Amino acid sequence: MTDTISSGPFLLQASVVERVLGVALEHGADFAEVFAEDRRGTSATLDDGRIEELSSGRDRGAGVQVVVGDTTGYAHTAELSEAGLVAAAEAAAAVAHRGGGGRTVVLEPSDVRRQSEVAVLPESVEKARKIELLLRANEAARSSGSAISQVSAAYGDSRRRIFVANSDGLLVADDQVRSRFVVSCVAVGDTGMQSGFESAAFTVGFELFDVVDVEDIATTAARRALVKLSARPAPSGEVPLVLARGGGGILFHEACGHGLEADHIEKDASVYVGQVGEQVASPLVTLVDDGTMGPEWGSFAIDDEGHAARRNVLIENGVLTDYMWDLQRARRRERFSSGNGRRQNYRHLPMVRMTNTYLVNGESDPDEIVAQTRQGVYVAKLGGGQVNTATGDFVFGTAEAYLIEDGHITEPLRDANLIGNGPEVLRRIDAVGNDFAMGGPGTCGKDGQSVPVGTGQPTLRVTAVTIGGTAGD
Amino acid sequence: MTEQVTEPAAEPEKRTSAGSGDEPAGELLELATKVASQARAGEQLEVYASRGVEVDVRAYEGEIESLSSATSAGVGVRLVTGGRQGFAYAGSLEEAVLAETLAEARDNATFATPDEHVGLAEPDGVAPASLDLWDESVLSVPTATKVALALELERRVRGVDHRVRQVAYCDYGDMAFESAVASSTGIAASARRTMCSLSVMAIAGEGAHSQTGTGFSAGRGLGSLDPARTAVDAVERATRLLGATKAKSARLVVVLDPRVTSTLLGIVSSALSGEAVTKGRSFFAGRMGEEVAVGALGLVDDPTDARAFGASRYDAEGLACRRNVLIEGGILRGFVFDTVAARRASTSSTGSAVRGGYASTPVAGCRALSLSPGDLDARRIVAEVGEGLYVQSVTGVHSGANPVSGDFSVGAEGLMVRGGDLAEPVREVTIASTLQKMLQSVLHIGGDVEWLPGLAAGQTVAIGNMALSGA
Repeated sequence: MTDTISSGPFLLQASVVERVLGVALEHGADFAEVFAEDRRGTSATLDDGRIEELSSGRDRGAGVQVVVGDTTGYAHTAELSEAGLVAAAEAAAAVAHRGGGGRTVVLEPSDVRRQSEVAVLPESVEKARKIELLLRANEAARSSGSAISQVSAAYGDSRRRIFVANSDGLLVADDQVRSRFVVSCVAVGDTGMQSGFESAAFTVGFELFDVVDVEDIATTAARRALVKLSARPAPSGEVPLVLARGGGGILFHEACGHGLEADHIEKDASVYVGQVGEQVASPLVTLVDDGTMGPEWGSFAIDDEGHAARRNVLIENGVLTDYMWDLQRARRRERFSSGNGRRQNYRHLPMVRMTNTYLVNGESDPDEIVAQTRQGVYVAKLGGGQVNTATGDFVFGTAEAYLIEDGHITEPLRDANLIGNGPEVLRRIDAVGNDFAMGGPGTCGKDGQSVPVGTGQPTLRVTAVTIGGTAGD
Repeated sequence: MTEQVTEPAAEPEKRTSAGSGDEPAGELLELATKVASQARAGEQLEVYASRGVEVDVRAYEGEIESLSSATSAGVGVRLVTGGRQGFAYAGSLEEAVLAETLAEARDNATFATPDEHVGLAEPDGVAPASLDLWDESVLSVPTATKVALALELERRVRGVDHRVRQVAYCDYGDMAFESAVASSTGIAASARRTMCSLSVMAIAGEGAHSQTGTGFSAGRGLGSLDPARTAVDAVERATRLLGATKAKSARLVVVLDPRVTSTLLGIVSSALSGEAVTKGRSFFAGRMGEEVAVGALGLVDDPTDARAFGASRYDAEGLACRRNVLIEGGILRGFVFDTVAARRASTSSTGSAVRGGYASTPVAGCRALSLSPGDLDARRIVAEVGEGLYVQSVTGVHSGANPVSGDFSVGAEGLMVRGGDLAEPVREVTIASTLQKMLQSVLHIGGDVEWLPGLAAGQTVAIGNMALSGA
């Protein structure tokens, strides 16, 4: 495939869309947009030693958005004919209704530059080759130890073609191809059962499996389950915390990422309101949200409002530099979108979302960070998290963690949640390593919509955070 | 607002689950039956079709922030041949698309590993309950009335208490949903249901300190929505947390708000899935007939109870939903099964197949869990407990509650219980134990059964010997 994507008429004809936008604007709207999407995907699952199922599907449709003042009307349809689109435009315009004359829109097509080339479209790959990956993973996981009692693995690919046209004359398209592979294991021992998990997911085609070894994913998942069989309960109370490179980027996603989304800022529903230019974190913290990171899971050429992905510095040396913006919030503040307007699919309005959010390298030697921690918890891998942006309180779970005793990583710990307050935890970061790595892929849920996101960080230490274990049982 | 990241990267997106009503969705059933009749010799073919209409309104500062209206439809085709299953779906009911989807499912089936247990449901003679889950008001009431409800709720939230400084979201939402499933094995079932809801998050503040509280109200029709009570609920939950501090780490009794109990039962239900049990992925595996909870604890999944939001005449494979006793007097008595999981466990389906929407295949799951109610209300339970923590809400359930190991550790906020009364507010703490120990440490189960959207009812529950981690 080429590395630019033409806005050619692969989903909708520009002339049709111009007429649809005309209908949307008939009653004096400030802004109108047509978003069309065609998504195909395949998934295959292995469980209990068998290929359980191969599934494939297709969803396509379009949504029309009409904005008058602060009010947005939205309607969507699976009917991509002109009649279907006009009906959606009329329904959306019925809400955002000011009265007054309409206007016509002349679309100006522009090409879009891909972040990374897709070498092998998944749809061109025989299904049998996708199945084979699962069988290999199963074999590798089960060979990891006799205590491995159950293995499930899933392969998934998707191709999402989007088309965005709006009343500013914008007309762009993107072709987003993603591939992922996930393995979960259960291990059984005297202490009961434990589970382990590992995944790889990138915005690339099937060539992913030329560079990612499914055996590695499987043995990592198996190891996490096996290690926890001999784990002791996590401590209870405040502890120093060291996060391994690539294993803990979700800390920033929760501690400040969501709180820096302009929709929360606009509603005064974030602890970071009014903090631009202020010191909000330790001077060691420089945080970036970057949709242009090549094949990473949260990357794309254009966001779901047609704006090019950007690299946005959110916090620089501890000072808050900017929030993340979608088009509507940016318009109201008379500024540019930061390329963070995303949506799950054509059935949803876009909103402010992260892409790949990461902490940039510091200067410390990662081994020194551990060696200089007398007692604490070392987290090799975090699981999911959740935040209340209005209070800043957030949680994040461990998926692989160890005790640090006298500067050494020692015994494994059972899973527990950690809890902290965003601004407090950001100030308590007292060491940042020089060993940056991106972490596992995530799916971020907000207001009922899920989108793929990436996170990353070098090894770092937080002086105190509360861990919710049960030690002392 | 709460957001969460869960790993792994999610399965293809899940949509509204199948439901039911007394009026058959005739057109959909006809379509499903027609496609299912195209099974070839040696094939079993199941077609699930659904269609929905939705309206969502968000109010902000006395205006409509957004209003979305939508209709969507789709089909999921499952084909079994030689013990191998294939699946395909499409977000469309057009004839050409249906044919393409069937062909995909047929092709996909050739790649599965043959498994003697794989096969579709067959009619089992159990009659579906008579349930009325359809309220025409969702379709007949004009959009302007729905908008007015959202605006009224926002106005009330801002008017209840001067400490309310913002409304993070204030939504009205509804849906009218029809589905049908037909198969070459003799299944023909259709259903419809409606639902509408109001939900709001209030942000209360005093000085630099903010706290949030959510309120919601839901029903089959607009007549059951109560904006006044929803507003008061959200505001009270936000304001009573003002001044919250981190409590000292301790072992104590927790009293769970009904909403928290409902969330926890959702986790327990994953471990009661017959599929998880058969595949050794549940802490209940191998414990049938054993004492897994305190003697007073009974747990039932009953989708034939019309009050439950998960109520349904038919399960996702078209078998009649039924009342299933899971725990009785603390003894583990049953699991929930779909057809394949049941065959694997040498038993019969319990009519408990659920599906995330047309894009996913049926799996075993609960729809309408509730604990056998005790005699006490929330106030009396707090009084009986005397000292402990009243948990208003929990966070990090997906990352912190594990239905395989039973390990349990979640973020919590709420109010201390002192001298049998609610006392000072608490935030930024965790509560932890294992699900196994928690079931054995239940002290009180409230009589205050409240059906909530989701798969379990809410009730006040007190649990002893939990580890609180804080300062």
